[in-house]
Amino acid sequence: MNFESKLNGGIFCIPECTECKKIVWPPSEFCNHCFGRIFLKEGIFVGKIIEFSRQNDEYFCLVEFEKVIRIMAKTSKIPEIGQSVKISKCGIRDGNYFFQVI
Amino acid sequence: MIDVNKVGIAGYGITPFSKEDKKIESVLLDSTKEIFRNNSKINKDEIDAVLVSTNNNSKYLSPILSEMSGIQPKISHTVESLCNSGTNSIVSAYSYIASGLADMVLISGAERYDSPGQILEWDDSRGEYKHPIFWASIFSKSYKRKFSISDEQLAIVSVKNHKQAKENPNALSKKTYTVNDVINSKKLTEDLRLLDCSRPCTGSASMILASEKKTKQLTDKPVWITGIGQKTISAGFTKNSSFSSMESTKMAGHTALKMSNKNIRNIDVAEIHDAFSVCEPMALESLGFSEDGNGMQIINELHSTDDFKINPRGGLIGSGHPLGATGIAQTIEITQQLQGIADKRQVDNPKSGLVHNMSAAATSSTVLILET
Repeated sequence: MNFESKLNGGIFCIPECTECKKIVWPPSEFCNHCFGRIFLKEGIFVGKIIEFSRQNDEYFCLVEFEKVIRIMAKTSKIPEIGQSVKISKCGIRDGNYFFQVI
Repeated sequence: MIDVNKVGIAGYGITPFSKEDKKIESVLLDSTKEIFRNNSKINKDEIDAVLVSTNNNSKYLSPILSEMSGIQPKISHTVESLCNSGTNSIVSAYSYIASGLADMVLISGAERYDSPGQILEWDDSRGEYKHPIFWASIFSKSYKRKFSISDEQLAIVSVKNHKQAKENPNALSKKTYTVNDVINSKKLTEDLRLLDCSRPCTGSASMILASEKKTKQLTDKPVWITGIGQKTISAGFTKNSSFSSMESTKMAGHTALKMSNKNIRNIDVAEIHDAFSVCEPMALESLGFSEDGNGMQIINELHSTDDFKINPRGGLIGSGHPLGATGIAQTIEITQQLQGIADKRQVDNPKSGLVHNMSAAATSSTVLILET
């Protein structure tokens, strides 16, 4: 299964090269360093909020995982810079990835 | 540096920027025909290349524009790079002439108000936040936080650029605004108001670039492209190393100034890619016009003295932002400034000008240096 299929099933994975072990982001079939094949690491990953803003009552934030992966995610509580978060919900809706963190 | 042929701006044409619903082919032709109306010395049979700059999905636009204009070029193709498509087409034209592959190139950039270039679908790291207002909100929040800048201070960018756009007959905006107007305009996010944003629109801008000999034959007021810098960091917004400065702009600016043997202090007038208010101070700092965090000081000073040095035509915020035409329109403005024919927008006796055009949250930047 590729990253997108996993995400569609609500599972967030970290794509890592089987050869050079580099984390590849955005997800791709091949490593952008050595073109090696990608392994999808599953788990509960802890990220850090590096910036945020708000639209109406909803906060959106830039979250960094493993010092490489950055995503824009929704959060229901007032965020803080440097706050540790985990992905609570993710998937694909209307063709777009979506991520929610707590 | 490699010895290359000198490249000059021999002619140009531009349309008013509007919300007009018109076919892209007609929009392209509108500014192209202005070139020939403005300069009867330009011979269509001598045009070696026709480059179209747009994000429009229509196909084969360069051969179509060539046919509609009665030109049969050797080279014809489209250049697309989101918001800096225009200056990318100038760089391509420059390269054809500098290398000797072409003597004269027509560049035409155009967009419709409903351009698909506003959204980069590929960038999935943005999640559901793909509209540019979200990266602009992150930039604004990060810049304000790092340098203790308030919304009211940032609003000066919009106030200044709308004021300057009022002197630009082709600008989309015809109104002036106060800081309160900007602050009280529709709140798109916590960090972005409607009047902080450039607006997509319909418009086109075209230029003729030519070799030194040909440029001197075609115009009494030649303007030369003496510096080019380009840098692409990534395609994805989240790959930016900083959200309060523009890394690609820093590198492109450095390269362009080095190529032209200039220092930023030598620049008399500049067009800056103010897609959103925060972009103007960020770009000024990244280009070296000021220290980090001091961009607003320059903007305030220019605004309070009615000095049009930065974004004389009103920037993207005042003029409107027809993506594929923007970089060419910026370059036309600097050309007119250097030629001393910018009417009420004219700055005092400029000798060197700079164009800054970027795309997708500053993941890619182009900087051009122009001189008389």
